Amino acid sequence: MAGVGSGYDLSTTTFSPEGRVFQLEYANKAVELSGTVVGVVCRDAVVLAVENVLPHRFVVSGTLRRVHTVDRHVAIAVGGMGPDGRHLVARARSEAENYRAVYGEAIPARVLADRVAGYAHLYSLYWHVRPFGCTAVIGAWDAVVGAVLYAVEPDGSVYKYRAYAHGKGRTAVRTELDKVRWAERERAEAMREVAGVVERSRDVVKDKPYELEMVVVGERGVERIDRFTAAESGGERSGGGDD
Amino acid sequence: MDALAPHHDPTVPVQLGTTIMAVSYAGGVVMAADSRTSTGVYVANRVSNKITRVAPHIYCCRSGSAADTQAISDYVRRYVHELSLELNREVNVSVAASLFRELCYRNKDRLTAGIICAGWDAQHGGQVYTITLGGSKLQQPFSIGGSGSAYIYGFCDAAYRPDMTRAECIDFCVKAVSLAMSRDGSSGGVIRLVCVDRDGVERQLVAGDAVPRAWQG
Repeated sequence: MAGVGSGYDLSTTTFSPEGRVFQLEYANKAVELSGTVVGVVCRDAVVLAVENVLPHRFVVSGTLRRVHTVDRHVAIAVGGMGPDGRHLVARARSEAENYRAVYGEAIPARVLADRVAGYAHLYSLYWHVRPFGCTAVIGAWDAVVGAVLYAVEPDGSVYKYRAYAHGKGRTAVRTELDKVRWAERERAEAMREVAGVVERSRDVVKDKPYELEMVVVGERGVERIDRFTAAESGGERSGGGDD
Repeated sequence: MDALAPHHDPTVPVQLGTTIMAVSYAGGVVMAADSRTSTGVYVANRVSNKITRVAPHIYCCRSGSAADTQAISDYVRRYVHELSLELNREVNVSVAASLFRELCYRNKDRLTAGIICAGWDAQHGGQVYTITLGGSKLQQPFSIGGSGSAYIYGFCDAAYRPDMTRAECIDFCVKAVSLAMSRDGSSGGVIRLVCVDRDGVERQLVAGDAVPRAWQG
């Protein structure tokens, strides 16, 4: 509490004199430091991918999932703190279920994104809770508009995207995402390219081993891509192999 | 109490002793209803409107208790409007039908409501949903309801065709409802029609003297 302007970063309930809420910036930092999360809207689907960094080489593959199925037509990829993401996903699931029970049809992606964002926002308003240390990347198939992608940030803001990247490799990945016209790509092609983009963003020497978790959401709903062979990723990928 | 005429006796419920129906065709729906509202044997209203709007392109035909069905359709209209604001588009017909089902099912021990919810939406075209007294929702190509419907099941089964045009659906409805009105003591008055399709809504009226007369023997 010594210097002028210090002491404003302990709670989300106080703005700094410059109009910042430091706790939310720190929450965002948690996302920036963890595995890269990517979402892309291609012609016939949304491709979600997470660089799931393994904490230790003894860890059994597929234990901590970072891409979750919310409903038949919605998946959420979590960038940042996995457990925080799971809590947000649980909320998303109950919102989807509730909408279905009342209205008898699938929750539109925009409504779900708004509700998840509203929930995340609540955790930036009170001193006795901390904000979510994660970004929820929502990929969905909408009955009216087709493939859509939303991302909810720790502060509760939500935007619709054509392509999205966050996490450790975000700068490199965003540069690469910018080079491709994703809306013209077929899903198989997009999957291959996204896998390549994530792999190339990595520092081969410093980065820990990882699994690439990938989910595709198309007209038929959520499909989990369990295995991705070296040939499918254009032979560019070395990590990510499991077992 | 004996001195009270039925329409002055608050213990006699106001009923839509009714004939209602809805028919879907490629591109839209046609709904029809008689116009009699009764309190026991007393005709409380002979030109009532039993086809109620819940959204610009979704209507419902009401049968059973007038009070119950008015209240339910008021709720559904509100919920549908709220949702359309949230979605920033018109809601689907099945959503309105689901809301009717929800209200009818949750409160079924306190309600007397037989509802046909019908309309048109861009995703699925013309649709007809029946909400039964027990609160189940079923989609049908056409549906009939109310006390008068009991007299016309045979006619409707024989006359319905799945490939009808809008004009043929109107003709089918007028024939069916007029037959029910002539046999059912608690159906009568005029025939009200509502047609919904891509282009919007059209209301029609078949006045008492224009209602078709079948064999009167």
